[in-house]
Amino acid sequence: MALTVLRSTGQGSWEKRILKSLNSMCTELSIPLARKRPVGEQKELLNKWNEMGTDEPDLSLFRPVYAPKDFLEVLINLRNPNYENGDSLSFRTHLGLIQVPLKVKDIPELKEFFVELGLTTGQLGIDDSTQVPPELFENEHVRIGQKVLAEQDSAAAQQYVRQGSPTALRAELWALILNISSQPEDILYYEQLKTNVIQHDLLVDSLIYKDVKLTASNDDYYFVFEDYLYQVLLCFSRDTSVLGHFAYSSASPPKSYIRGKLGLEEYAVFYPPNGVIPFHGFSMYVAPLCFLYHEPSKLYQIFREMYVRFFFRLHSISSHPSGIVSLCLLFETLLQTYLPQLFYHLREIGAQPLRISFKWMVRAFSGYLATDQLLLLWDRILGYNSLEILAGKILAAAVFAFRAVNLMEVTSLAAAEAVLADLSTLKVMPLLQIFLFATVT
Amino acid sequence: MSRPKNQNYKGHGLPKGKEREGEWDFYWCDVSWLRENFDHTYMDEHVRISHFRNHYELTRKNYMVKNLKRFRKQLEREVGKLEAAKCDFFPKTFEMPCEYHLFVEEFRKNPGITWIMKPVARSQGKGIFLFRRLKDIMDWRKGTAGKKLTSLEAQPARSAINPSGSHDTRSSDDQKDEIPVENYVAQRYIENPYLIGGRKFDLRVYVLVMSYIPLRAWLYRDGFARFSNTRFTLNSIDDQYVHLTNVAVQKTSPDYHPKKGCKWMLQRFRQYLASKHGPEAVEKLFSDMDNIFVKSLQSVQKVIISDKHCFELYGYDILIDQDLKPWLLEVNASPSLTASSQEDYELKTCLLEDTLHVVDMEARLTGREKRVGGFDLMWNDGPVSREEGAPDLSGMGNFVTNTHLGCVNDRKKQLRQLFHSLQGQKKVPS
Repeated sequence: MALTVLRSTGQGSWEKRILKSLNSMCTELSIPLARKRPVGEQKELLNKWNEMGTDEPDLSLFRPVYAPKDFLEVLINLRNPNYENGDSLSFRTHLGLIQVPLKVKDIPELKEFFVELGLTTGQLGIDDSTQVPPELFENEHVRIGQKVLAEQDSAAAQQYVRQGSPTALRAELWALILNISSQPEDILYYEQLKTNVIQHDLLVDSLIYKDVKLTASNDDYYFVFEDYLYQVLLCFSRDTSVLGHFAYSSASPPKSYIRGKLGLEEYAVFYPPNGVIPFHGFSMYVAPLCFLYHEPSKLYQIFREMYVRFFFRLHSISSHPSGIVSLCLLFETLLQTYLPQLFYHLREIGAQPLRISFKWMVRAFSGYLATDQLLLLWDRILGYNSLEILAGKILAAAVFAFRAVNLMEVTSLAAAEAVLADLSTLKVMPLLQIFLFATVT
Repeated sequence: MSRPKNQNYKGHGLPKGKEREGEWDFYWCDVSWLRENFDHTYMDEHVRISHFRNHYELTRKNYMVKNLKRFRKQLEREVGKLEAAKCDFFPKTFEMPCEYHLFVEEFRKNPGITWIMKPVARSQGKGIFLFRRLKDIMDWRKGTAGKKLTSLEAQPARSAINPSGSHDTRSSDDQKDEIPVENYVAQRYIENPYLIGGRKFDLRVYVLVMSYIPLRAWLYRDGFARFSNTRFTLNSIDDQYVHLTNVAVQKTSPDYHPKKGCKWMLQRFRQYLASKHGPEAVEKLFSDMDNIFVKSLQSVQKVIISDKHCFELYGYDILIDQDLKPWLLEVNASPSLTASSQEDYELKTCLLEDTLHVVDMEARLTGREKRVGGFDLMWNDGPVSREEGAPDLSGMGNFVTNTHLGCVNDRKKQLRQLFHSLQGQKKVPS
């Protein structure tokens, strides 16, 4: 149902807004969307390529084009004009913010889909803790992982990481699942993107700089990787191969017209070249990957692949089960069904749960969970080829369930935010298991 | 009864201990107080004080080098070359000015390498500079410090130095001069440090020594890696900020942003290395670090004035090179206890709490514990095994040392269990 409808109503108008924002910034600051760099500047940038973080350009006039909460407002206002109120009784009682009746899995269906996360199956993130002797699960699991890598079996790798990946094997396993192998042509392609960055300056570059400085550079752990983030994101925005993902996305890349030729298709170019306008927090998609990959072109390839497979769904409107709209809906449904008291309480005090958990989901929890937990989580995204588990709903719902006692006592949105502000001590896998498999349905 | 001065802590910096005649049972003191008062202060049996009288044998760079060199020779004589080689974790160091000529010999043998000049007794990165040419030292010698050096080149024997250990090293000839002269050490600079994100870092690790004879030392599980704010390059020898990873120096760098704190907890560091190099390489690195702690303490064991009232919490600074070899930069007897972030504050508060637990003023422990909170007993007049029961000293078998640096620190839980079981034990009549 919804793809075409959502595309025309939700995504379309959202895209128009973003573009308008970008264009007005351009006009206000009298900065062109793109310009060729003078030779002197090119040389300077090339010299500083490995330490772009030391640059302190004046970014005070730039603002992020949008932040997750702006996006949430758009989602809340989505309506399906074809929807008849007479249908689906259960949806009429849906009290969450999302008012689009998409089909989402319920807990029995989720249990089936995520069967490998069940209580009787060994997991990294639970069964490798200090209390459990390694012979019981961990050693064998590592051995199997090594075998999967030796055989270069991508499908087996995907199945394998459903139970978590051992730290030492993770980088190779993910590369195997994503079909990334650093061929000379890949390295060449990256070098070409780099040349592109050196030669042309884009307005988006300033947005990227600003985002990195605001988010990753201020993070207690990711600040170290600041330089890598520029090297990846600046090249990413010039990569036209990324345009390919729009074929299966409900979004369409923003277009810009050569001066004076507005509306004439033959004078249209995609802007930025990869069609993706970064928002506040975008650089956090890349930051955790810096833990695993240290060679810029490989880091780049992995990120690009993760983006076109998963991350793009988190900030565009679609009816896909891994799309952000479905994830939000699933979160709210789970919470309302299984923790109704908590849900109603929070609603009463004006703290709609989605307002708090939305930012976690949009960023796939990057920057909110401790890195080792985040990587265990992303193991499962890759393993199940779905964002449902985490970035999604389940984890968000599990977090609420976990802090339920405290949340029942709060009396304001601000207090609720405070209870949920720090997720850095959470252990992902036990949370998920308890919520999925130990809750009485 | 006990009036721990640690009440002053909680992140507000080192306490200036107030002296109250005979009223204290536990004193977290300043080294300057120690210097002036230790020798004529009577302490009851149960009293504890947080420094050893002559800790500078370990913490002042020139003394530490001498002690280590001597210990190494002893090991070579008594055990063999292989064992002695385990002491090669300290970059080649020469005391200035007395070893100047030895230094020049070494310098000439290795043209082109970089050296670092450090004042012997200052901290927080003050007075340090790098050089590659002898000319740079000549200039420095000719400067204020240099003028005094020429007359001091015949340095008095160490025992004649003011026993309070101050860095005032006047010889009898020079008593007319009022300006105190510092000693420096010239040390081989490690040019291939391990980099993360293009940045240099060093590790701060905490070791608690409860006694030297016999040697009883505890290793704290938590610690941190301190990053330089700028990218590492050998081209900018003049850029003091690049090479010195001390947070105190970093704080004055123009790039410094206070929110960052530029530190990683050791757990994060350990995980990062494991994902890059695999668990075995990481095990070896950490085991090499254990070796640094133990050997450095052993090298001063016979020199430190042993006193049952004393204990000491050391801050070890370790640098890792690209071959994953750890190097000892220095040992601090008064590691900074001010906090640069929330995480830092928690680490230091817990560190202090656990130190007090081990010191055990209330005499709750049995003395047979191998772990107290975040501290693991690393050395107890011999290696301590992770396993229960007597250690396997034959060197065969699966001897795993009882150290967990950078590992999970579930100290609250452990402390609960420990004190719960101690309660239970007390109930049994002896």
